[in-house]
Amino acid sequence: MEDLLFEERADQIHRKGEKPYQMSCDRESLAGAVSQRACVFCGSRVVLYPIADAVHLVHGPIGCAAYTWDIRGALSSGPELHRLSFSTDLQEKDVIFGGEEKLYQALTELIDRHRPKAAFVYSTCIVGLIGDDLKSICRKVSQEKSIPVIPVESEGFKGNKRAGYNAACRAMFQLMGTGATDSISPISINILGDFNLAGEIWIVRDYFHRMGIEVVANITGDGRVVDLQRAHGAALNVVQCSGATIDLARMMQESFGTPFIRVSYFGVEDMAEALYSVARFFEDRDPRIMERARDLVREELSTLYPKLQEYRKALQGKKAAIYVGGAFKAFSLIKAFRLIGMQVVLVGSQTGTEEDYQELHDITDEGTIIVDDSNPLELSSFLKEKDVDVFVGGVKERPIAYKLGVGFCDHNHERKEPLEGFVGMLHFAREIYTSVMSPVWRFVPRKTSRSGNGRSSRADGHCGRLAGQSA
Amino acid sequence: METHPIPTTKTVTTKQSVSSYVSTTNACKLCKPMGACLAFRGVEGAIPFLHGSQGCATYMRRYIISHFREPMDIASSSLGEKHAVYGGEANLKQGLVNVMKKYGAGLVGIATTCLTETIGDDVPMILKAFRQEWASREGSSDLPFLVNVSTPSYAGTHMEGFHAAVRAMADQLARRDEAHDGVNLFPGFVSPADLRYLKEIMADFGLRTILLPDYSDTLDGPALEDYEKIPRGGTSVRDLVSMGGSRATIELGRTLSPRRWAGTQPGPTLTARDGNSSGAQAGPTVMVREIDTAGTLLEARFGVPLHGIGLPIGLRESDRFFEILQDLAGFCMPEKHALERGRLLDAFVDGHKVVFGKRAVVYGEEDLVVGLTAFLCEIGVKPVLCASGGVGNGFREAIEAVTRDILPDPPEVREGVDFYEIAEEARELAPDLLVGHSKGYHLARRWNIPLIRVGFPIHDRFGGQRTLHLGYRGALALLDRLINELLERKQEDSPVGYGYL
Repeated sequence: MEDLLFEERADQIHRKGEKPYQMSCDRESLAGAVSQRACVFCGSRVVLYPIADAVHLVHGPIGCAAYTWDIRGALSSGPELHRLSFSTDLQEKDVIFGGEEKLYQALTELIDRHRPKAAFVYSTCIVGLIGDDLKSICRKVSQEKSIPVIPVESEGFKGNKRAGYNAACRAMFQLMGTGATDSISPISINILGDFNLAGEIWIVRDYFHRMGIEVVANITGDGRVVDLQRAHGAALNVVQCSGATIDLARMMQESFGTPFIRVSYFGVEDMAEALYSVARFFEDRDPRIMERARDLVREELSTLYPKLQEYRKALQGKKAAIYVGGAFKAFSLIKAFRLIGMQVVLVGSQTGTEEDYQELHDITDEGTIIVDDSNPLELSSFLKEKDVDVFVGGVKERPIAYKLGVGFCDHNHERKEPLEGFVGMLHFAREIYTSVMSPVWRFVPRKTSRSGNGRSSRADGHCGRLAGQSA
Repeated sequence: METHPIPTTKTVTTKQSVSSYVSTTNACKLCKPMGACLAFRGVEGAIPFLHGSQGCATYMRRYIISHFREPMDIASSSLGEKHAVYGGEANLKQGLVNVMKKYGAGLVGIATTCLTETIGDDVPMILKAFRQEWASREGSSDLPFLVNVSTPSYAGTHMEGFHAAVRAMADQLARRDEAHDGVNLFPGFVSPADLRYLKEIMADFGLRTILLPDYSDTLDGPALEDYEKIPRGGTSVRDLVSMGGSRATIELGRTLSPRRWAGTQPGPTLTARDGNSSGAQAGPTVMVREIDTAGTLLEARFGVPLHGIGLPIGLRESDRFFEILQDLAGFCMPEKHALERGRLLDAFVDGHKVVFGKRAVVYGEEDLVVGLTAFLCEIGVKPVLCASGGVGNGFREAIEAVTRDILPDPPEVREGVDFYEIAEEARELAPDLLVGHSKGYHLARRWNIPLIRVGFPIHDRFGGQRTLHLGYRGALALLDRLINELLERKQEDSPVGYGYL
């Protein structure tokens, strides 16, 4: 297995307990390694995508828009402009003579056609090179059409996905401070870093509503431009997810003095803690808010726990692997797996920070492999080494698991099952259960091979006893 | 095959053929480097390598994985900001060394991206320097074959990238050390199931075949105990090198060399088992050949005779393919295939009433649309709109060639269009069904009509990689699906709910 690993990446992999903890991260991906990471554009696209009443125009060649067309499960309760894939589809002549005129015309055309509340214009690699002046085109169209038209500095090569998050935050920040805030309750929040995948933000909003809290802006799941414009009127920013919107929270704190707290809505413990921390913040304005939070948690758990116990019984002692974009989600997942009796033996992320990895190290069991910016070769060797029962990741990780006959749970932006909140924990447990308990694993080569050469299922002319292998 | 075309003087509509809008909404095409990556995946021991920023590789991997449900590793030189300024040479070289070391690649297929094309990296020069540096290293091992292809995403679609990669392999690898009896077969972008079927047919004709690319195993492989760094299967590099000595090349896709097809009628008359090829009746096949495909290149450089035909979809285009095989093999169609042809005709008859007069919108890659259109008009479906995101490849002429002796009213043909325009155009045409890939689903849903999923990508159904399109068997499979879809609609919409149709 060792030959699968790149020497240059040795300090981005740690096995807890083997030696003192030290890990390197936040580096550029190694050339030639098949990184699971994306680019700056991807980071911006992910964050802004769910804003449903804006035109999202990708200024560049067709690929960047085509590969991000309606692939995420971010739902809207109203307009669905975000589900359309707009592009300037730059051609060779645009690259030579510049794409500004084409951008101007495309923007004008799309705004006239769709009457959006705002437009975001995404830069791509090529735009960063040919030097189109996005800012001045956006300013011009904004004046002509009387809506915000905002350039997103998301040239793909200018950093990694986190730089894209930052560019998205800077873009959204331009909207803030422009809307009226006088009708906003003093007990009010913005939800940051939730993208309403499969309707998740509706679950969380309902909890806050039941606690008597007004949600001003969803940032960005089921998001609206007008809400963003008045988001600075909320009393508190509640920030989920590792890095996607934390920069926005910091900008808002600096400019509007809006405090923020960090939460996670995955798993029972973190979901409850999220509600309690928000309640704690408002306790002096509403003395009974904590009581309502506790009632809510109690009520939810009373229906959830009995159901979870059944899954726990079946899943006790099974082994899980986690590889996700941001490390923050991994913390919650480790706890969620513990709740259903499972052990996490591998955990990693594409873009974790030093503090993230330190925390992962602190909360994992001895022997757990911790990895930064991994690749298919490494991940597959770890899955096999640890004899994992289920792997949690995104679409790019799925075939690695399935090819080796390992169960899989999609916990990325493309998922269509809500996994947040108390009810989400139940969905999560059910999904893990349906994968781990399937009878199909008993037939896969990993479980049936006796020769140990991994070729037992191959029709290579060697006629072993088939029935013996599937018994 | 007997057809009695209704005499007509109509030509394909001359309504504006390319896009009338500046912006693109929901593109009906993908980018050029993706096609190159798919083609490189069909070579044994090969790894596709994108010279560009990290995101391109990751996005394409995700897109490809969601269709094939297989691992798809694409390496990247992962360029950052400083490389965009100073050039990507160092990263490309380092990336190649890493790919060689860890993947043990026998061939690295290097495709450029818009980033590296625009900063002006001269990849052939960099590779030349890399080879020299490598050779002068102490105890250095043999280099894998390095094939490069220029695929700026602002010039052409994924199909052009696909064909460019196949052509690059022919250009940079093929030699004519000795003549041999092998046949080169360049199938175009078809499914793994299609590739397996093509190999079966070629074997049945006793033809030793160099199929390029062949991702029938690499993108549709078995369950494994160990993750394979590079999945098994694919065309061997040794075979690629020998392509210059092959006795013939068959290249599928009518739009590959546009002018070659001007004025050509599909389907020479072929009756099963008569065995007398009558290719000469097919009309003037050669007008001007451009050296722009792998097939034309091998013909020009090594004199390998080229048989350029459409994708064998439906009866007539398949007949044409089998006819060439009969010629090359020197014997008649094996009974197995003659029977499949017969069963297809039998099914044409059995099902003709269900499909007659149904109006279809066909969209996707040009050659696939041409083949599907040829098939649909054979069974009595009326293609009303043939649309593609690509431009300038003789799509219109190819559609005209496959429809004019059988369709009284030619379909609208639109190239360079997106789904916004397809929708606009199609709405007026009141289609009964859509034929194309998954990305047209939103239209099928909006208009409540069936979508027959073909081609790539199929992201919302299972088994896209196993969809069979080609040959008599593929036509029968398509016919079964089409008819059953229509029957199901009829049954569901019926107030009676007959269980006996």
